[in-house]
Amino acid sequence: MASPLEQFAIQNLSAPLFSIGGHHIAVTNSAVFMMASVVAASGLLMAGASKGAMVPGRIQAMSELFYEFIANMIRDNVGSAGKKYFPFIFSLFIFTLFGNVLGMIPYGFTFTSHIAVTFFMAMIVFLGVTLIGLFKHGLHFFSLFFPHGAPLFTAPILIPIELVSYLSRPISLSVRLFANMTVGHVLLKVLAGFVVALGIFGVVPLAVLVAITALELLVAVLQAYIFTILCCIYLNDALHLH
Amino acid sequence: MAEDDRKTASDDLDRRLKGVRQAYEAGTGRSSKPTNRGAGSEKLGVGMRIAVEMVAGVVAGAFIGLMADYWLGTKPWLLIVGFILGCCAAFLNVYRVAQAEERRSKAASEVKKS
Repeated sequence: MASPLEQFAIQNLSAPLFSIGGHHIAVTNSAVFMMASVVAASGLLMAGASKGAMVPGRIQAMSELFYEFIANMIRDNVGSAGKKYFPFIFSLFIFTLFGNVLGMIPYGFTFTSHIAVTFFMAMIVFLGVTLIGLFKHGLHFFSLFFPHGAPLFTAPILIPIELVSYLSRPISLSVRLFANMTVGHVLLKVLAGFVVALGIFGVVPLAVLVAITALELLVAVLQAYIFTILCCIYLNDALHLH
Repeated sequence: MAEDDRKTASDDLDRRLKGVRQAYEAGTGRSSKPTNRGAGSEKLGVGMRIAVEMVAGVVAGAFIGLMADYWLGTKPWLLIVGFILGCCAAFLNVYRVAQAEERRSKAASEVKKS
């Protein structure tokens, strides 16, 4: 039986193109799926936007649905000040969504199941949001670390706690996405192993597998949604403090 | 002229859509607006958020403490302090998620009532 973790192995698909700091950089299966997700997403959206029909067809309705979904999310969670950041949030959502869903295709590779990818995305969001807050509010931004109306003598305890709570954001953001995707795919692989091992009685885990696959599809979409909505919430904190 | 035709056509379409929607709502006795679509999966999302939030705070605190220890050579005191702060931060985060969720569900139920 193949190891359930084998599916996450990074493989070089080409000869090393160049090297940075002693690491040879080549096109990997992870990179291929990232590119596939970008191509699939932009292909779908461009096909949807090209016609601009009054009564949308299937593909146009789909891309309009994506657009309105994110536009509403930003309006509800950030307000009109967040409109400027729509392109970034939208790209983030589409990239994560397509990465998660393309990973559900058999023999596919889920690049969001690597903490290196999700932590990098979370770090970009975290640093970006912090810089936006600093530029917008200046030093007043640091009032985020002291709850409004708390007595002053509690500051030595509250400020470190708030600081750690703030710094834990990229960790929780990235671990959530990475853990959900990894766990789901490991579970699928283990159950699939049972199907083979049990012979004729493998029908039972096969039935479970069908249900779990549907659940994984839900989780894939849900995690993209949660990742994006949390970015909106963090952006809101930075723009409006509290 | 063509512009005019287009405008009346779209107005007409709007009116017909409205009529159909009203007929549907009157017939089935429920709003066609998706008010609580995906409510179950949203709950699932909140549960996952809380679970990860509990871990992330502790990890962040302990990591900062450990790094500060290496830097200042005060093993293991800052790790302990960082761990405790991380636990507090994790509880604070969980509390905030729960609070936001409660506020949201309260607002949603008020919308439903009115």
